[in-house]
Amino acid sequence: MIYGGKKIFAGLFIFVVLLISPFLANIGKADAQPNPSLNTPAINALATKQCVGSQQFMRTYHMQLLNQWRDQALRHGEYTYVNSQGQKFTISLENTCLKCHSNEQQFCNTCHTYVGVTPYCWECHQKGATQ
Amino acid sequence: MKIWSSLLAVVALVLIAWLGTGVAGLYTVFGVGIPYLAFLIFALGFIYRILKWGRSPVPFCIPTTCGQEKSLPWIKHNKIENPSGTAGVVGRMILEILFFRSLFRNLKTEKRGDKLGFGSAKWLWLGGLAFHWSMLIILLRHLRFFLDPVPSLVRGLDGLDSFLQIGLPILYITDIIIVAALLYLLARRLFVPQVRYISLASDYFPLFLLLGIVTSGILMRYFLRVDVVSVKELALGLVTLRPTVPTDIGSIFFIHVFLVSSLFAYFPWSKLMHAGGIFLSPTRNMANNSRRVRHINPWNYPVDVHSYAEYEAEFKEKMKKAGVPVETE
Repeated sequence: MIYGGKKIFAGLFIFVVLLISPFLANIGKADAQPNPSLNTPAINALATKQCVGSQQFMRTYHMQLLNQWRDQALRHGEYTYVNSQGQKFTISLENTCLKCHSNEQQFCNTCHTYVGVTPYCWECHQKGATQ
Repeated sequence: MKIWSSLLAVVALVLIAWLGTGVAGLYTVFGVGIPYLAFLIFALGFIYRILKWGRSPVPFCIPTTCGQEKSLPWIKHNKIENPSGTAGVVGRMILEILFFRSLFRNLKTEKRGDKLGFGSAKWLWLGGLAFHWSMLIILLRHLRFFLDPVPSLVRGLDGLDSFLQIGLPILYITDIIIVAALLYLLARRLFVPQVRYISLASDYFPLFLLLGIVTSGILMRYFLRVDVVSVKELALGLVTLRPTVPTDIGSIFFIHVFLVSSLFAYFPWSKLMHAGGIFLSPTRNMANNSRRVRHINPWNYPVDVHSYAEYEAEFKEKMKKAGVPVETE
């Protein structure tokens, strides 16, 4: 015998609906895994397609590298980055990163939108200001 | 002992997840099997506990009140502290659940010299509120891994929480608040002698478990990073019932998930069930209307009564012979 059955079952119904809402929201949706595109003129012209770090490193740590670059360039005036291979790169978002990855929509935004991240690059940098 | 065993239990959980994925490579077990199992235990356990409580009768009308009951029209009625109907009960319940109103009235009694002093004690209220609200926001923020596209509400919440724009990935304000609140709640149990005396392993274990979850999450976001895209692929696979098994995510992720799974599985059998129990507290969910509405005790046993009229009808002759006055003559 359940006392106050109507209220208890109504409460449990709300609980279950809230609990399985992520499952319900995804019914009938195809897996849309992001596929960042490397198809830009600058990358296609490269002999060896290699970023400043390995793919795994860049996928995981690129935001921390960018933050480190910002601090080095703007706060310490160091404009040279040496990667784990000993190669040197000029620290610049627009002239190093975006020179190759000039397709923001098909590259940066695919993953950022997928995981719900809103980078604030463009609060300081101007789009298309490559010199 | 209670403290160390709880801490050791959480350390053991961390080690199990680390050995299971980092050494044994059981990614399917820790990424898919255990989360599904924990989810089922949580859902079914929660429902079981609520139904079990629903089977307990409420013998008396026992709302706790601390305000003027509804009476004559010229006496001011305190609608929230002494609800007279459903609306008042709902209002009081909402304030209780969202703002822990009764804890706000927490008092501390102290002997100062020869005098007994009563003072307001709000730290527990503040610590509890800070922890629960951070927990809610963190839980809602995690929806960004389970929904595609990410709803604007979740993005907005994320934006508010990372409003300070410190570091990259941007520091969440709730990450700081929840660690501070949990450490306060733990320190309270460890250093206030009276509270330490009444604290059990089942008080320490959830605190250590939550601290473990929060720590692993913070480590994963800011220090031992994992590939967030793979994490979302795993999470989306779980909620679309087409689980994928990624192998390129670090062990710290599986430690986090295993601790969260442990919390989910532990939840229905522990004091954490106050999340559901608050709704079923008779002192909170009843209106103080006992002067207008008769509260029937559902436990009342049907008693065979033998009224005086029946008694007299049975023994009338004998009573008359003995000279006992009778009513029906």
